[in-house]
Amino acid sequence: MLSLKNITYSVKENGVKRTILDGITYDFDAGKNYVITGANGCGKSTLAKIIMGIVSADNGQIFFNGKDITNLNITQRANLGLAFAFQQPVRFKGLTSKDILEYSTNDKLHTASACEFLSQVGLCAREYFNRELDNTLSGGELKRIEIASVLARGGLVNIFDEPEAGIDIWSFNNLVDIFKKSINQTNCNIIISHQEKLFASADEIILIDNGKVALSGAADEVLPQLKGYQSCKKLEGV
Amino acid sequence: MDKIDNDLLLKVADLHSIPQGAFNIRKNGQLVGRQNSKGIEIETKQDKPGINIKIQDGIKNQSVHIPVIVTESDFNDLVYNDFYIGKDCEILIVAGCGLHNTGNKANSHAGIHEFWIGENSVVRYVEKHFAQGKDNVEKNLNPTTVLHLGKNSHFVMETAQLGGVTSSERVTEADLDDNAVLEIKESILTEQSQQASTTFSVDLNGKDSRVHVVSRSVAKDDSFQEFISEINGNNECFGHVECDAIVMGNAQVASTPALQNTHPDAALTHEAAIGKIAGEQIIKLQTLGLTKEQAEEAILKGFLK
Repeated sequence: MLSLKNITYSVKENGVKRTILDGITYDFDAGKNYVITGANGCGKSTLAKIIMGIVSADNGQIFFNGKDITNLNITQRANLGLAFAFQQPVRFKGLTSKDILEYSTNDKLHTASACEFLSQVGLCAREYFNRELDNTLSGGELKRIEIASVLARGGLVNIFDEPEAGIDIWSFNNLVDIFKKSINQTNCNIIISHQEKLFASADEIILIDNGKVALSGAADEVLPQLKGYQSCKKLEGV
Repeated sequence: MDKIDNDLLLKVADLHSIPQGAFNIRKNGQLVGRQNSKGIEIETKQDKPGINIKIQDGIKNQSVHIPVIVTESDFNDLVYNDFYIGKDCEILIVAGCGLHNTGNKANSHAGIHEFWIGENSVVRYVEKHFAQGKDNVEKNLNPTTVLHLGKNSHFVMETAQLGGVTSSERVTEADLDDNAVLEIKESILTEQSQQASTTFSVDLNGKDSRVHVVSRSVAKDDSFQEFISEINGNNECFGHVECDAIVMGNAQVASTPALQNTHPDAALTHEAAIGKIAGEQIIKLQTLGLTKEQAEEAILKGFLK
């Protein structure tokens, strides 16, 4: 349902061009959980942002259900069914969990339906519904609301950028459950993570190394090979 | 009372109809309706324009609505309202002023409100300001609020200036006795070349008295806002001021804290933030399907709520 064709991305550091993504091509199908992994700085979060339209690739194309969405903006992609959970959720003075969930579902919510979304991430709706998403919330609380806001959206391609970051021990098994349960025949999840425990939710694993897809395929086949790729070669100066 | 009057009353005092309980409605300087309720008496001042509102000890779960509307052009309304609130009361007071000006000359309202809050009383005071009419004709509001908080009293003041006001100068002064608590929540929206200034001056005189001021403002276009907060800690006390402003276009905001202690155990803090809407906030809402414009509107609506 989602195809990446030869995606490239580079940055300039002190006037020197550094390639982050060097021709990523991959097909994502409905009904699966994908985990994209790789060492810090290897470009996996950048790839997630390119899929959502938050960052523009230098070259390459993105197709969604056969349609070229490369030049669509964030809003247009969101309205086609792409959703994105931020690694570091944004804080808002004034907007509440309720507001965000309502924008997410495009519907006025009652406590009961908010409860459905918030309880999935281990939060009590009654306590959090009217909480502002400001700095009175801990990073972990905010992260859970962020994940709930994406689940509530019911998107077709749900991208989670390091969903485990900032979350406590509660979460790993629950996150795996959430990712498994949220999949049906019409949607897929793309999970950016280097947390091994989250690999349990994966149907397919994609390892990004040196700007390319270094390993990919069914989780049980890729997992044993990951040991050989403990760090990003690029970072080691290779 | 016509449709314009009713719309203004709805905007500034949330009134859909004649309120329950005590009220006093003033239009173009004239009394258009008044009602007393059990333990609450409203009387016209003899020496100057305005009213005295007297609330007996122990009156609970009662409200007082005293909205003002000015719909005539070239009319400048000045009114002095004094509130005498007894001990052990629990009261909601809704004030507010709506200006409507379709003429060619300025109109304005200046409400000077002074409160004496008895021991152990809890008061929530809501004041909304709004103006509409011709763009290039001045519609000015200059409210002054003076608060005297008795021992163990708790005063919550929520003020909102909702737009359309050419110029406003708001002054709030307060003195607090032992254990008194003052919470102030202010929201201001200015557009075009509007100007708004707010000055808070709070004397924390009582032991364990507390004040918490939260000001949120949005300044658009070429408007200017000034925020001055003076907190004086004259006893073992706590004071905190937060001023958050979102600026858009060429608008400017100035925030000036003035904290001073005359007692060694006073704890006073201030935080201010002025800036544009954070780009990441807009991006987050875009990922939920909102356009950039819808995202900005949602952020401002929440911020000023």
